[in-house]
Amino acid sequence: MDSILFLIFAAISVVCGVNLVLQKHPISSALSLVGVMGSLAVLYLLLGGEFIAMAQLIVYAGAIMVLFIFVIMLQNAGGETRGKKRLWASYAGAPMIAAIIGIGAYLIQHAVPHTAEVTFGAFQHGNPFDIGTSLFENYVLPFEITSILILIAIVGAIVLARKEIE
Amino acid sequence: MNFLILSLIKAAVVAFVLMTTLAYLQWIERKVIAHIQLRVGPRRVGPHGLLQPLADVIKLLTKEDILPSHVNKVFYFLAPFIAVFFALIAISVIPFGTEISVGPVHTAMQLTDLNIGVLFILGLSGMGVYGVALAGWASNNKYALLGGLRSSAQMISYELPMALAIAAPLLMLNTLSFRQLVDAQSGYYLGFIPRWTIFQGPVPQVVSFILFCIAVFAETNRVPFDLPEAENELVAGFHTEYSSMKFAAFFMAEYANMVTVSCVATLLFLGGWQPLWPAQYGSSFLPTATFLVGAALCFYHGFHPARSFDRITLPVAGVVFLGIAAVFLIPPVSAVLLPLFWFAAKVGFILFVYIWVRGTLPRFRYDQLMRFAWTFMFPVAVANLFITGLVVALT
Repeated sequence: MDSILFLIFAAISVVCGVNLVLQKHPISSALSLVGVMGSLAVLYLLLGGEFIAMAQLIVYAGAIMVLFIFVIMLQNAGGETRGKKRLWASYAGAPMIAAIIGIGAYLIQHAVPHTAEVTFGAFQHGNPFDIGTSLFENYVLPFEITSILILIAIVGAIVLARKEIE
Repeated sequence: MNFLILSLIKAAVVAFVLMTTLAYLQWIERKVIAHIQLRVGPRRVGPHGLLQPLADVIKLLTKEDILPSHVNKVFYFLAPFIAVFFALIAISVIPFGTEISVGPVHTAMQLTDLNIGVLFILGLSGMGVYGVALAGWASNNKYALLGGLRSSAQMISYELPMALAIAAPLLMLNTLSFRQLVDAQSGYYLGFIPRWTIFQGPVPQVVSFILFCIAVFAETNRVPFDLPEAENELVAGFHTEYSSMKFAAFFMAEYANMVTVSCVATLLFLGGWQPLWPAQYGSSFLPTATFLVGAALCFYHGFHPARSFDRITLPVAGVVFLGIAAVFLIPPVSAVLLPLFWFAAKVGFILFVYIWVRGTLPRFRYDQLMRFAWTFMFPVAVANLFITGLVVALT
């Protein structure tokens, strides 16, 4: 059951990812990205990371992408116009992408042991209780430093974006 | 296999009850609003307009489905689906009562008990924005676009205080599963004050409850925050260009969202199916008493009819109420029905407040709405969360 669901949602996320690049209109691309985020959330759920799955859904699909779509709608951005394709790009593009993905998959399959479980230090399961314990007991300093870093980034973004008041 | 069949039966029952509730919620809303405004409301179809929802469904199903020109067809069709899908699926994690046993089968009155149920609801409410925003954008209509823009901005803004208001009681109850949340609110202080989150120590969550109620009014696009469909500015807002079943889908999504947030408020703050006062002071006889009073009222008005056909309809309703009152006295049945009664009573009360507010308050102006969210709701929610966290950490 798990592997069937994995195949379905992995396929959806790949199709949405390709669609994101192929679509001409920004809204279609943004919605494809929402599809990628949503199917990634299901994949996290299949791996046992319940909290991460829901955080993915709430933060990325629910908040960030809604902001994206809001801005696209507000700007009323039109579809992109495509430039002339180079001849060699239209013929060699698809085989080269297939070759890169194939080499990557081959390397990962050989470099990573098949049976070993993925572990992150003291962190074992994906339920909210374990994540909270890890974040606020074992990794409290990195967690707080990251928060301050993000706060600085937000303040920086506001300073850069606001208009100068004369 | 047994699990599959059981789940299917439960899903069918919940879907049937939910759909009936949604249909009749609209009838109740029209009736209550009518009486607030000194009108009588729907009463042509069936006794007291009771068959009006059925007539509305038939009307909406058979009306012509207009496809306006120059719409973005894919998103125009997708938007109502998204709206109604994320609105209806939320009911799957809501528990309605305690566990029941019918013969060998033992099951909980809930479709599934996720250990991340609260987060699941938050995630769905975030995804629900897409339905409204896309509907507004795909319709190729300036009013619809403005409605869609307003709703996305409004829902993003009010999601923040809503999530912060939800977080405060979670700090005290220490779980994210709805069933465990309700179990953590059982029992009484001094033998009669219920340990619901709004009464529970160390920090009674009254502020969170009020913040949550205000925020969900905005989340579900209801008066006084129904700016996305403000009819005197935007025709009908994001669903201007929708007709027939697609319009009905948005309508259904709005009512389903109302039911969901009322259930969440009940489970998080009002103790779910825990009774208001303990059983030894007779709380188990409240449903019987309520239905007896209802029956008495029906019989009184049946024998002093205001209109001629009340002579028949009201005594029939009275007999039905008497039957229900008797059912609540049968011990094995009442053990199942009592939690359901308390849960339905609390959800029904919050839904009534929804309608009451719609009949009472005027609409906000858009800048007032945004200023209220960011300069009042957000700081108060943060302060409330901080105080709750501090007190919980100290005790």
